[in-house]
Amino acid sequence: MSAAAAPPQSQSGRIWSRFRRHRLALAGGFVVALLLASALFAPLLAPQDPTLLDTALRFRPPFADWHFPLGTDELGRDTLSRLLWGGRVSLTVGLVAMITTVMTGALIGITAGFIGGFVDTLLMRFVDTMLCFPQVFLLLVVAAFVPPTLLSISLIIGLTSWMEVSRIVRAEILNLKEQDFVAAARALGASRTRIMFRELLPNAAAPILVAATLKVASAVLMESYISYLGYGVQPPLASWGNMLTNAQGYFDTVPWLAILPGVAITLTVMGFNFLGDGLRDALDPRLRMDP
Amino acid sequence: MTAQATLPRHAGAAAAEAPLLSVRDLTLHIPVPPHVLRAVDGVSFDLRRGETLGLVGESGSGKTLTALTLMRLLEPPLDHLPRGQVVLDGQDLMLLTETRMSALRGHAISMVFQEPMTSLNPVMTVGRQIAEPLMRHLGLPTRAAMARAEEMLRLVGIPDPARVLRAYPHLLSGGMRQRAMIAIALACRPLVLVADEPTTALDVTVQAQILELLTELQREMGSAILLITHDLAVIAETAHRVAVMYAGRIVEEAPVAELFADPRHPYARGLLASIPRIERMPPATLPEIPGMVPGPAERPIGCAFMPRCARAISGCAAEPPPLAEVAPGHRVACWNPVHG
Repeated sequence: MSAAAAPPQSQSGRIWSRFRRHRLALAGGFVVALLLASALFAPLLAPQDPTLLDTALRFRPPFADWHFPLGTDELGRDTLSRLLWGGRVSLTVGLVAMITTVMTGALIGITAGFIGGFVDTLLMRFVDTMLCFPQVFLLLVVAAFVPPTLLSISLIIGLTSWMEVSRIVRAEILNLKEQDFVAAARALGASRTRIMFRELLPNAAAPILVAATLKVASAVLMESYISYLGYGVQPPLASWGNMLTNAQGYFDTVPWLAILPGVAITLTVMGFNFLGDGLRDALDPRLRMDP
Repeated sequence: MTAQATLPRHAGAAAAEAPLLSVRDLTLHIPVPPHVLRAVDGVSFDLRRGETLGLVGESGSGKTLTALTLMRLLEPPLDHLPRGQVVLDGQDLMLLTETRMSALRGHAISMVFQEPMTSLNPVMTVGRQIAEPLMRHLGLPTRAAMARAEEMLRLVGIPDPARVLRAYPHLLSGGMRQRAMIAIALACRPLVLVADEPTTALDVTVQAQILELLTELQREMGSAILLITHDLAVIAETAHRVAVMYAGRIVEEAPVAELFADPRHPYARGLLASIPRIERMPPATLPEIPGMVPGPAERPIGCAFMPRCARAISGCAAEPPPLAEVAPGHRVACWNPVHG
């Protein structure tokens, strides 16, 4: 009988070393961390009140005046402060929408995959139906009836984008539920609910985590769409999307008003996407099992 | 190798006791249109406290399905097909609701599977997996359950149990994982342990250790073991009695020594003759049983072994032979058994 050999590296250590090799993911993670920190500390970092109007100071260019490091907009509000506060709004919406998406998607996916049969068919046809509508269209239809608040916007985005997650989770569960450890758990008296949430769901954590990361990016983008179209975050509250809306009238004369929130959105989306890609590679189940 | 008995000892095997587990006419007929696959076909046996019954047979003879049926572990759409009685400690498992049945699984009746590499949950620590049934069935608080889990790991001969307790399964070797599986299955000290090919996936030296461990734990806990295997060597080493299965039926049942010395059913005799022996020098060609296990389509009405049987007589085709006692504790289902 041989003793369990001391592993040269823990599982999390191996995942981290694989993740580290992915340069873009590392950069993505860094950008995401930076954005989250700046959103978290926006009240401390913002040089001005983001809603303070001063029509005497309209359209200040960036880097011209250290009172307004990134200039001012059409109402004389400080752009940097609005970007920081807007980031807070956009990222909050992104995260809350992601949580809604993942919870709904995981619940529907695991139910369909584990119970199977008629329930599976019913739920998956519902998913197909939901996927038939373009998401922006769905969003706008719902947003037209629901008064826009941060929470309602997040929930609407979350509840119109869980379908991919449910498919991913279902596929994973279909594979996992045939594994021996599930039969073993049943033979030891575990109930079905217990098997679903204690045995199966944690094993599907890797693809769920990857999907969650990518969903933050798409939720930020969605929030920008609907805010841009006027159904989202309402002024005077700043969000990157409604900053773009306001900027569109001045795009030919003061382009930075559009470019700056655009860059913020791009950075966020790319950051989360690269982070998600890196996690996908690092958590790949085919690489997870060691010899 | 195994640690001192830290758990209270039970009395050793007592053959005269009433059976702990009594299986009567267990049947699983699966409709495979246009035929019916008689996967388990009227299996009956008794298992006494502290006893090991070996269930042998080739692949497809219905050993594993017998085990899954009596554990009520068949998945839909098979779950409503079984018929018969499985009486464990006075109650018929076949009549219990799923909720009551799952309260017994892992508690009164437990199971060890063939594949130690995949039978443990990869994302849960070994300790947690042993502790779960203890918390579920005995209502132990987490801390006490983990302490018991560590004790169990020591009992199954795992060195450094405190460390293995916190380890994830992928850090353990196959033999260690099977030990951990046994620790999980025996954590609640079940009355009956069903071991489905527990050593098939392991190499021979580890195999012997695991069998020895099972025997040792059985002595200590007094559990009855239903040992399912296709390996007669495993039976010879571990079991007290053997039941030979063929095409869903038990064809011969006897104490181990008696079956090996004096097999009466032509199939059991053929099975024993096909074991390679070192003393058979110069190496002779191993005798084999001609033909294959019949599929559901070509299954005869009478004895299922008849098409391959050298001793078939005219009556064999008419009716399947009943399991009849030919000597005390020795039962054979054959119209023309070999006479010792």
